[in-house]
Amino acid sequence: MDWLNAGVQGVLLGGQYSLLACGLSLIFGVMRIVNLAHGVLAVLAAYLSLVLVQQGLPLWLAVVVVVPVFAVLGYAVQRGLFNPALAQVRGSDSARQGSRGAGELAPLLVSFGVAVALTSLLQEVFSADTRKIPTGDLASAGVPLGPLSVGLLPLITLVVAAAVIAAVQVFLARTATGRAMRAVADDAGAAAMYGVDPRHTYAVATALAFATLALAGVFVGMSTQFSPGYGDLVLLFAFEAVIIGGLGSLWGTLLGGIVLGLAQTIGAQIDPQSGVLAGHLVFLAVLVVRPGGLLPRSVPA
Amino acid sequence: MSVLEVAGLEVRYGDLLAVDGVGLTLAEGETLAVLGANGAGKSTLLAALAGTHLPTAGTVLLDGDPVTRVPAHRRVRRGIALVPEGRRLFPSLTVEENLLMGRYPRRFGPWDLRAVYDVFPHVAEIRDRRGGVLSGGQQQAVAIGRALLTNPRVLLLDEVSLGLAPSVVTQIYDAVRRITAEGTTALVVEQDLDQALRVADRVQCLLGGRTVLEAPAAGLDREAVADAYFGIAAAPTPAPAPRPTEA
Amino acid sequence: MSAPNTTADAAVPAAPPATPTVTRGGRGSVVGGGVLVLVVVLLAAVVPYVVTLGALSSLVMLFALVILGTTWNLLAGYGGMVSVGQQAYVGVGGYALIQLADAVGAPPWAAVLAAGLVGAVLALPTSYLVFRLAGGYFAIGTWVVAEVFRLVTMQIGGLGGGSGLSLSAFRGTDRVDRVAFVYWFALALMVAVVLGTYLLMRSRVGLGLTAIRDDRVAASSLGVAVDRGRRIVYVAGSAGAALAGALIALSTLGVTPGSIYSVNWTAAMIFIVVVGGIGTIEGPLVGAVLYWALQQALAPLGTWYLVVLGGVAVAVVLLAPRGLWGLVAGRFQIFPTTYRVRI
Repeated sequence: MDWLNAGVQGVLLGGQYSLLACGLSLIFGVMRIVNLAHGVLAVLAAYLSLVLVQQGLPLWLAVVVVVPVFAVLGYAVQRGLFNPALAQVRGSDSARQGSRGAGELAPLLVSFGVAVALTSLLQEVFSADTRKIPTGDLASAGVPLGPLSVGLLPLITLVVAAAVIAAVQVFLARTATGRAMRAVADDAGAAAMYGVDPRHTYAVATALAFATLALAGVFVGMSTQFSPGYGDLVLLFAFEAVIIGGLGSLWGTLLGGIVLGLAQTIGAQIDPQSGVLAGHLVFLAVLVVRPGGLLPRSVPA
Repeated sequence: MSVLEVAGLEVRYGDLLAVDGVGLTLAEGETLAVLGANGAGKSTLLAALAGTHLPTAGTVLLDGDPVTRVPAHRRVRRGIALVPEGRRLFPSLTVEENLLMGRYPRRFGPWDLRAVYDVFPHVAEIRDRRGGVLSGGQQQAVAIGRALLTNPRVLLLDEVSLGLAPSVVTQIYDAVRRITAEGTTALVVEQDLDQALRVADRVQCLLGGRTVLEAPAAGLDREAVADAYFGIAAAPTPAPAPRPTEA
Repeated sequence: MSAPNTTADAAVPAAPPATPTVTRGGRGSVVGGGVLVLVVVLLAAVVPYVVTLGALSSLVMLFALVILGTTWNLLAGYGGMVSVGQQAYVGVGGYALIQLADAVGAPPWAAVLAAGLVGAVLALPTSYLVFRLAGGYFAIGTWVVAEVFRLVTMQIGGLGGGSGLSLSAFRGTDRVDRVAFVYWFALALMVAVVLGTYLLMRSRVGLGLTAIRDDRVAASSLGVAVDRGRRIVYVAGSAGAALAGALIALSTLGVTPGSIYSVNWTAAMIFIVVVGGIGTIEGPLVGAVLYWALQQALAPLGTWYLVVLGGVAVAVVLLAPRGLWGLVAGRFQIFPTTYRVRI
């Protein structure tokens, strides 16, 4: 019974992880940037909605405010920081002479600098104490499922995660902008010849990624005690979901999140101290056994 | 009035002056073939016309408007479409998605999917395959179709024959001929003189980044072209040929 | 384009060819090297007698930072690998030192060196794991490994769980003697690591690494063993991080899993290398001094200094990607790794 419960909890937890992973996967898929600030940005979204809720806004309205704010932030971060960093990657390709500076490492280093600065800034503003977004009855509400009672909030998270991933997938596959994103990911120079402005398209992709990340951050904030440093763990979990699932496959990311969630809850069932460690170990095991992930590249994004 | 008018164009790659003061004009419906050996500056000229590599001096006028410094992604919206060397299809997009990228600049006109499939019937059959798994000839057909879907004022074709079997080259040029015959203004960069002459109204030869010969394609003295091609100073110095003055 | 040359060659058949001279370094390297030697002599022979014990401990931290920066630069600047998980080896080094000194009873200097070896031994199998990830994913993968190291350390009995260990090997040693020993030992270790890195970069391995960094595919086609070169760098860089971790534990007399395995060590390494100048031997020296000075100056501001450091790192990457050393020195090298040919 406990094991079954752990399994169900794990699957539901996977919803949160795959929602977190969606944006990381999207940014990497479109421009090959690994955004090391991903986790702390999700935590920033949680803090932002916490502040709004404390100001008396209903939670749903806070989400409606925070998600578009993050989309705008994503657009700005791409234009202001990541695009110049990407330009250095290009520059290092054409100028191979001498010490070439940060070169292709630039985007990674920039995102790490942002992560360090933002984490410490959050610590200054909100202190290192853990917080949680108040959700009223939602956090404790349960839905009976056979012999078990399933938490309503984790269930909602999983449903939202699946819906977001499906929506992003349809967007990439069916819309002209989504097509342009995939074209830019393949060959930015050729895409420019067909009217796609790579810098703008990258920024739209990052805006979308930040929007999903903000949504994920709010769910994290509702279900978990978070602090500024929690962003590190969020980044690692999101990353593990992406790699377990398989690079470039959003449905794989959903599967990866669920596998990670299962590993953590079942690990914690064995030894309450070892949930997170069990997740890491499953990730490393997948890396050894199936380095391409469980569902490698079903849809090239 | 000429669709494309280029004067005194200079393009550099670092210290190398790849295009050194080239001028050309393209009248409505005309097809110009730019010939020359490797390194003559042909592809660089096209890159400057398409906006993928901006020139250091000179002007490019499209329908009389300067577009010299307009970046590639906006220039295609103005009506200059490039079929790049090496085709550069999007490997993870399907053939039809590759073609639809031609609609991204939102220039609608006679060229739609159906018209492209009419010119390249075999492309319709492979529309669901990914761009990365096509043969060279299929890729070239898709690349041309993708450019046509932008309904360009000027179609730029770079080394269409490169790396293709002779029979495939002939097929592709059959299609190019049909396209230009329907009134599309085109600039064809080519090393294969025979294929170029099948579609061109005029030819212009580049050597070391400069124009060394301009002549109508009809009744062209092949020897003069060959001389210009290899930089042999022929007796009846054709170098600064008179520009065709019309309109 | 080269047409005129052919005729010229034909006209002048046998002009005596100028003998090209190949040089490495120059007056700059001699002067710069002289200044560095002088600084080291001053640090060894004068500084300990004129500053406080607290200042000496703080200088030990500077030496550890130089080692951290130099070895991270080996990974990123020469190996092209951005590891965000080097704190794994800082932690391993710290714990290994305390275990070796206290439980095994090794003399502290030997325990530090052995801790570096432990780092190398753990890095080798780890490399097979993390090398499966490329680029940015390699970065987070190394971070996961560091977390695993931390969590496993906390689970192993006898390592103090979440509260860590304290070093008791110095119990009964006079405080002045202890600080002086740690200071001189750290100084010597720093000099050895910097010189060792320099010699590694001058060797065939270093040449191969530069080739890998500049063009992996081309290097591989020329017979450079890409994976082997990267693995050597990863192991050497991790051993360096473990040495630094051991020094830190030796100086602070203890470790806690939260601080010795903190990602902030890697943040410091990245700042030091990026701001100092990536891919040069001199850059991390400059960066470490700057980081250390900023840390001292901004200490009263609490975590604000990390906000400043993060911001400065971003600005340097975007605006001066070759770092301070690149800005100031241009092509000048104190540690000449490249040859110059004059004809």
